[in-house]
Amino acid sequence: MRQFIERHTFWSIIIVLGAAILLWLLLAVWPEWVTNLLGRKKTFVNTLLNGLTLGGLYFLVASGFTLIFGLMRNVNLAHGSMYLFGAYIGYEVAEASGSWFLGLAIAFLAVAASGVLMQVLVFRRMEGDDLRQTLVTIAISIIAADLMLAIWTGTTYQFAPPEWLFGAAQLPIVSVIRSSGEAVYIKYPIYRLAVFVVAVAVGIALWLFLNRTRIGMMIRAGVNDRDMLSASGINVQLVFALVFGIGAGLAGFAGVVGGTALSIAPGEDVRYLLASLIVVIVGGLGSVPGAAIGALIIGLAEQFGLAYFPTYGVVLTFLIMVVVLAVRPQGLMGGQWTRR
Amino acid sequence: MKFEHWFFNATPGSGFKPSWLIVAVFLIAYPGFSSDFFTFQIGAYSLILGTIALSLMMLAGYGGMISLAQMTVAGLAGYLVAILGDNSVGVMGLGWPWWLTVFVAISLAALFSAFVGAISVRTEGIYTIMITLAIAVALFYFVRQNYTIFNGFTGFAGVEPPTTFGVYWRNPLPFYYLCLAIAVLSLWAVFYISRSTFGLSLQAIRDNPRRMRSLGFNVAAHRIFAYFLSGIIAATAGVLMVWFNGRISPGSVGVEVVIDILVIAVVGGLRHPVGPFLGAIVFVLLENFAIDLIDRERFNTVIGLALLLIVLFSPDGLLGLWRRARQRLSAARQTRLAAGRATRDGGSESYNSLSNP
Repeated sequence: MRQFIERHTFWSIIIVLGAAILLWLLLAVWPEWVTNLLGRKKTFVNTLLNGLTLGGLYFLVASGFTLIFGLMRNVNLAHGSMYLFGAYIGYEVAEASGSWFLGLAIAFLAVAASGVLMQVLVFRRMEGDDLRQTLVTIAISIIAADLMLAIWTGTTYQFAPPEWLFGAAQLPIVSVIRSSGEAVYIKYPIYRLAVFVVAVAVGIALWLFLNRTRIGMMIRAGVNDRDMLSASGINVQLVFALVFGIGAGLAGFAGVVGGTALSIAPGEDVRYLLASLIVVIVGGLGSVPGAAIGALIIGLAEQFGLAYFPTYGVVLTFLIMVVVLAVRPQGLMGGQWTRR
Repeated sequence: MKFEHWFFNATPGSGFKPSWLIVAVFLIAYPGFSSDFFTFQIGAYSLILGTIALSLMMLAGYGGMISLAQMTVAGLAGYLVAILGDNSVGVMGLGWPWWLTVFVAISLAALFSAFVGAISVRTEGIYTIMITLAIAVALFYFVRQNYTIFNGFTGFAGVEPPTTFGVYWRNPLPFYYLCLAIAVLSLWAVFYISRSTFGLSLQAIRDNPRRMRSLGFNVAAHRIFAYFLSGIIAATAGVLMVWFNGRISPGSVGVEVVIDILVIAVVGGLRHPVGPFLGAIVFVLLENFAIDLIDRERFNTVIGLALLLIVLFSPDGLLGLWRRARQRLSAARQTRLAAGRATRDGGSESYNSLSNP
C-alpha cells in the first residue's frame, strides 16, 4: 500500500479524490446543480448498486474462468454453458426439494463434477495444445447449448430466493428531503445486496485458499512454472482436476445466484461467456484480483451505460476493452503469465 | 526492400496435377446435371461460405492468427452494399451505382479488417481468438442498436445484385458461376500470396516471430497487412452473401455465424486452402439434410459433434484425414508389394504377418 503510494503518487491522489467524491455523492442530499448534471439521485444510487451487484456476479463467473486459464492455459469457452447448466440444475433441485440452498450446493457439485470429467476425459489428452483445447471447448459449448435447449426448451425460468432474502431493504442513504422535512430513504432488494456480499466472500475465500493453504501454494507454483511443479514430485494432474472442478463449480454456483437475481434462458450462456471474456481481458488473464477489478469495471460500465446512454450502453464495455488492450495488452493486473 | 519485390516476387508453384482438372471439369459442369436448388442453395452457398472460411484459413494457416472476426468483415461489406446501394427498407440506400458500391464496400470492410488486425496484433494464439470474438460481438451489438445507419434489429432487405450484360445475376446459373469465379480467384490469390516474399515472411513470423523481429522484419506490419488481404477476400464473399440472401440483419453477424465459419475452416482443415471449401460443402449439406437424419432442431448437436470428433481425432481436419488415409493405403500397397516379393522368395510367414497387422 505504502509502496504503491510512493510509486504512483499521482494516481493515489486521483483514487482518493474519486473515492471522496463518490462518498459525498452517496451521503449528501444533492443540491440542485448536481441533480441537473446527473439526474435524480435515486437513479444514480440504484445504478451504482446494480453495477456493483452485476460486477459481483461477473466476478463469480470470471474467477473460475481465470483460475482455469491461469493454471492450465486452457481458455474454456464452455464456461458460459457451465453457468447455464448450473442454473438449470439448481432450478430443478430447488423445485423438487423446496430448498434453495440445496439447489445451490447440488449445482456447484454437479458442474464441478462435469468440469473434472472434461479435464480428465478430454483436455488431458491434448495438453499443451492450447488451440485444440479451445476448439474442443467451442464444440462442447455448441452441443451443450443445443442439448439444454432440447431438455429445458426456450422458456424463461425464474426461481425465488429463500424467504428471508426476499423483499427490499431500506438503505441509510437519503435520496431527497420532502418539503415537509421528512427524509426519503432509498430502498434496494436484499437479494441483490446478498449477491454482492457473496461475491466478496467468495473472493476472500479464494484469496485465502490460494495464499494460505498448501494446495493453494501448489496452484500458484503451477501458474508460475508448471513443469517445475511436476518435477518436484507433485501430481500435477490431480491439481489440474481440482482446479478445473473449482473453476467449473464456481460457474455453476454463479448460475444459481445469477439465475435467481435475473432469470434463466437459452442465450444466457453466451452472454456470461462474453462477460467473463471481457472481464478477464480487462483485468488480466489468469489473475484473480484482476478478475475482481475487471468485473467491477465492466459491471459498473454496463449499468451506467444502460442508465445514461441506453442505445450504446452495450458497446461501452467493448470500448473499455479495446482501450485497455491498446494501453496495456496484458490487462490491468496481468503480467505473471507473460513472464514464462 | 521495394514493394514490387516484396509482393510480386513469387516462387513457382508445385506444378499441375491431373486431379485438379477433374475437379475443375466437375465444378464447371455441375449446374448441368443438378437442379436449381442444388446449384443455388448448395453450390453457390458452399462456395461463398468456403471463401469466407478461406480468408480465415489464410490468416490461421500462414499467419498463425485465428480471427473470429472474418464473418464480421464479410457482414460489414454486406451491410455497406445495402447502405450505399439500394434496399427496399427505406433506410439509407444511397443508390450509388453498383460498381462504386461494391468497390467502396470491399475497401472499407478490408480497412476494418486491418483495424481488427491492429487491435489484436500484439496478442498471440488464444488471446487473438478471444479479442476478435469480442470485436465481432461488439459490432453485432452496434448494428443491432444503431437505427440511423444500420437499421437496428430489422436490418435491410431487398438487396439486389445488378443486371449487367443482360444477365440478372441472382438467377441460379449466373450466380453460381459468379461465386465459382470469385472462389477460384481467391484460391489462386491465396496460393500466390503464400509463395510471395510477403507470404514467406508471414509464415516465418508464424513459426518464430522473435527471430524475424531480430532479423529486422516489421512483424506487426506483416500481420496487419495479412489481415487487410484476408479482409478483401472475406469482404468480396460478404458482398456475394448479401446478394445471395437479398437481406442482412444483425443475425448475419451474430456469435453463432461467426463460430460457424471457424467450424467450417477447422473441419475442412487449416493447412491447405482447399480445406475450407471442403468444410463448407460438408457444413451446407449437413445444414440442409440433417433434417432427414435427425430432428431439424438438433442440427447444432450434429455440427458440434462433427467439430468435436474432428478436433479430437484429426487436428488438421478432413484434409488431414484424407491425407492420412491415402498414406496408409499407399503404405499398405508398399508392404503388400514387399510381401509379394518376400513370398516369391519363399517366406510365406512374413506375408501373413504383414498383411494382417
